[in-house]
Amino acid sequence: MILIHCPYCDEKRPEIEFANAGQAHIARPLDPSGQNDAEWEDYLFIRANPRGRHHERWRHIHGCGRFFNAVRDTVTDKFETTYKAGEPRR
Amino acid sequence: MSGFRLETGGRVDRSQPVTFRFDGKAYQGFSGDTLASALLANGVMLFGRSFKYHRPRGLVAAGSEEPNALISVDRGPGRFTPNLRATGVEIHDGLKAFSQNRWPSLSMDFGAINDRLGMFFPAGFYNKTFMWPRSFWDRVYEPAIRKMAGLGDAPTAEDPDIYASTYAHCDLLIIGAGPAGIDAALGAMDTNKRIVLIDEQDELGGGALADPALWPWLERSVKALADAPNVTILTRTTAFGYYHDNFIGAVQRLTDHLPDVTHGSREKLWRIRAGEVVLAQGAIERPLVFDGNDTPGVMLSSAARVFANRYGVAVGKSVTLMASHDSGWHDVFTLAKAGIGIAAIIDVRESVDSALMREAERLGITFYLHHGVVGVNGRHGVTSVDICNYDDQRVHRVETDALLMAGGWTPSVHLWSHSKGSLKWRDDLGAYVPDVPNENVHCVGGCSGDWDFGKGTVIDVLPTPKDQSRIKAFVDYQNDVTAKDIKLAVREGFRSIEHIKRYTTNGMATDQGKTSNLNGLQIASSALNKPVPDIGLTSFRPPYTPQTFGALAGHAKGALFQPTRTTNIDSWAQAHGAVFELVAQWRRARYFPKAGEDMHAAVNRECVAVRSSVGIFDASTLGKIEVVGPDAAEFLNRMYTNPWKALEPGRCRYGLLLKEDGFITDDGVSARLAPDRFHLTTTTGGAARVLNMMEDYLQTEWPDLDVWLTSTTEQYAVIALQGPNARKLLEPLVEGIDLSAEAFPHMAIREGMICGIKTRLFRVSFTGELGFEINVPTAYGRFVWEQLMAHGAQYDITPYGTEAMHVLRAEKGFIIVGQDTDGTVTPFDAGLDWAVGKKKPDFVGKRSMARPDIVASGRKQLVGLLTDDPNVVLEEGAQIVADPKQPIPMTMIGHVTSSYWSETLGRSIAMALVAGGHDMVGDTLYIPMPGKTHTAKVSGTVFYDPEGARLHV
Repeated sequence: MILIHCPYCDEKRPEIEFANAGQAHIARPLDPSGQNDAEWEDYLFIRANPRGRHHERWRHIHGCGRFFNAVRDTVTDKFETTYKAGEPRR
Repeated sequence: MSGFRLETGGRVDRSQPVTFRFDGKAYQGFSGDTLASALLANGVMLFGRSFKYHRPRGLVAAGSEEPNALISVDRGPGRFTPNLRATGVEIHDGLKAFSQNRWPSLSMDFGAINDRLGMFFPAGFYNKTFMWPRSFWDRVYEPAIRKMAGLGDAPTAEDPDIYASTYAHCDLLIIGAGPAGIDAALGAMDTNKRIVLIDEQDELGGGALADPALWPWLERSVKALADAPNVTILTRTTAFGYYHDNFIGAVQRLTDHLPDVTHGSREKLWRIRAGEVVLAQGAIERPLVFDGNDTPGVMLSSAARVFANRYGVAVGKSVTLMASHDSGWHDVFTLAKAGIGIAAIIDVRESVDSALMREAERLGITFYLHHGVVGVNGRHGVTSVDICNYDDQRVHRVETDALLMAGGWTPSVHLWSHSKGSLKWRDDLGAYVPDVPNENVHCVGGCSGDWDFGKGTVIDVLPTPKDQSRIKAFVDYQNDVTAKDIKLAVREGFRSIEHIKRYTTNGMATDQGKTSNLNGLQIASSALNKPVPDIGLTSFRPPYTPQTFGALAGHAKGALFQPTRTTNIDSWAQAHGAVFELVAQWRRARYFPKAGEDMHAAVNRECVAVRSSVGIFDASTLGKIEVVGPDAAEFLNRMYTNPWKALEPGRCRYGLLLKEDGFITDDGVSARLAPDRFHLTTTTGGAARVLNMMEDYLQTEWPDLDVWLTSTTEQYAVIALQGPNARKLLEPLVEGIDLSAEAFPHMAIREGMICGIKTRLFRVSFTGELGFEINVPTAYGRFVWEQLMAHGAQYDITPYGTEAMHVLRAEKGFIIVGQDTDGTVTPFDAGLDWAVGKKKPDFVGKRSMARPDIVASGRKQLVGLLTDDPNVVLEEGAQIVADPKQPIPMTMIGHVTSSYWSETLGRSIAMALVAGGHDMVGDTLYIPMPGKTHTAKVSGTVFYDPEGARLHV
């Protein structure tokens, strides 16, 4: 069972306290109605599936409840880093 | 020597005889014996029948790598365990063990015909043969194969045992308590580290238990460790899996070795998080591959030493060694010194260390270099072996009753591989050894390839002058895979060991190829003429040895499998005969049958009572979220399809929640209590999902909004009071709220008191009748309910359950999200476009409502269905077609989502999702069912009181 560092609690906790919330750094467009179909499709459905470093969101759902971002290696399943929502991509 | 028990030696307690049974026959052993050593001491060589060919099989090993001697133990009703390794079963008085995979008996087995037909069972036989006709698979092939092949019988009775589980944390976890593991523990003992030392056997020592010279050291070491306050020792404990971040699963066997099976937990699951792990799993000796190497009495050389030195048992009276490695010679010297007769040493090598030859000569042991065994005689036990001189290919016979194999050693890298540590190939060992770790772990002793067993040569199959196609030289004993099978797989084009493994099933038995993987690799490597590292290595996966489901499940079974959530009113429903159903994790009253009533009669009566007088319903399971803050209205305006900012305090609104893709995900009536405070409700099953979704948007998309979300689902008991007499019943019980239609209209909320308890009183209806939902603090739910029941007697108040609730809402066309929608339904599809704020610039899902596929015609839309025969109640989920005469397979245009008998209307009603349904009102559609095709007319979804006259009273 992976240990995940929650950047809000500043503690490593077992993964059962967390829930994955998909790819990170996909901001909801400020004006969805201004998006054409291709742009909206891109926002809604198109996701990366990298071999290696992957930016993704996690929620410390059974802890502080906060969403945060993480870089996880999809090959080794190791977390490289976690950081608070709103901080720049690492 | 009496029988096969040596006069002296071993760690068994000869003062404590133990009586046990194997296949019904009584035997005696000593305390400290395993089933294997005790049976061996009684001269039993035959332990089981092989998986595929039903060949007679005996012991190969003395430890948990044993592939052959799988037995069942019966500890009483419900306590039957199949597929245990006889080498790991400690005997105790009353033990009842049985051999497996034989009929009618172990020595006389009809299935052995498979062995005679062996030429018809090559690798991939099942894949090749039982393909056609397809229909034969389920009825003929599979049942027959299951009966013939296979291991022990699965137990059928419920397991009465208790299984414990615990978490543990330590600085240093040492797995394996042989000399290397014990040394690691002793070395760290004087630090302040918390140390856990695990071993699968009943006592610490590992290989040292078979080396009497080490016993004084072992005794001192074990005492030192036992006395150290920072060392926890777990024996009879198997570390079965190594998971991320030094998380190790281990099962401790607590009672299987005791005569009294009813005392305490049978096993305990340890989940251990370790700062550092030391793997000291040792190494496993490798069998040699030659014709007849599975005859009972052919076993690993190291096993014979263990049986002699640890258990005081001789594996034979005249023992022969077949070696390609020095370690076998040392084993045989030990046996000779213990008084066991040695027939011969045969070594495939042309020369060996002169010291070995000198010692053999000193002990009077005949040895043959550059020779190999090419045949084993005897069926249920070895009687002699044929050995071939590789210089002149001459074969001669050696009389012997046991043949030992010393084929070199394979480091046990199982847990290392679980942890994703990399491996490197060592040609000198003919084995993979640990290379680069992936966790904070290192290997010591045998499992790192570090041993003092001497040297050897690596050989795939012993050379033989015999016709290769007529011999059975086994590689994987447990799955009956021969060298021939692996060569055949290569001839048929398999190149990767991953494919060869799956085709031949080599290494795929319950022992995961502990004794067979490396031999299989060598044979494939030779056949492909490629070095071993080029054809890959199969992965080891947990569990290291088979573990019980009981240990893994622990307490999470039966009523404790998952939590059952109950409301404060649940105990009343229980006491009043409710029939319950599970909704998400909630236990909800489905209906309240009176004496003699079936569900149909009870539900009809409950529905009529609501429509004619008043019904009472426990709605406490509704999800509830308190939304508070200056931006609460703005937040809800962005989340829900409806406009919220203009909603006045004291009023309610039906909220429809979409996902960003435009599909309905939840709904519920919510109330504005104050400008900055809302009381949201969600569906029972959607509460957690909706809160998570709202938190997501609030935290990550709109962190500028000043809003707090708090789950209040369990803070309120909710009692729905529905029916024309609801107000009259409520009036005398409520303080501080004017219940009149003018002061308290439909879709409003008021705060006040009911029966002396603070309440949030909603005037809402999920039935189409005048209705109220009474929210009180959870602890008062049953109290208020009972007050309402008492005062409602004058109106013949009727408790109703979820089933009547479903009928009542369907009569009004109110949807259930998840039943009438399925994650692909838009507000327009569901006929809920009235709930969408057209003027709002944005809300979650709005942009998607203009997606090409969502504005396209022909989408499935929610409609009503009225069967032509009013007595036919359609089945929910039934498929709908436009033309019943079309050829099969028909084009299905939709399905029934809700269907009930409506006692109020005196007929059946249904809702359905039908492609283009909104344009089909009045059309006839067809619902083909087994035996009959039903016809129904498309209608609107509101079947009762379409004007809503009954609500606004």
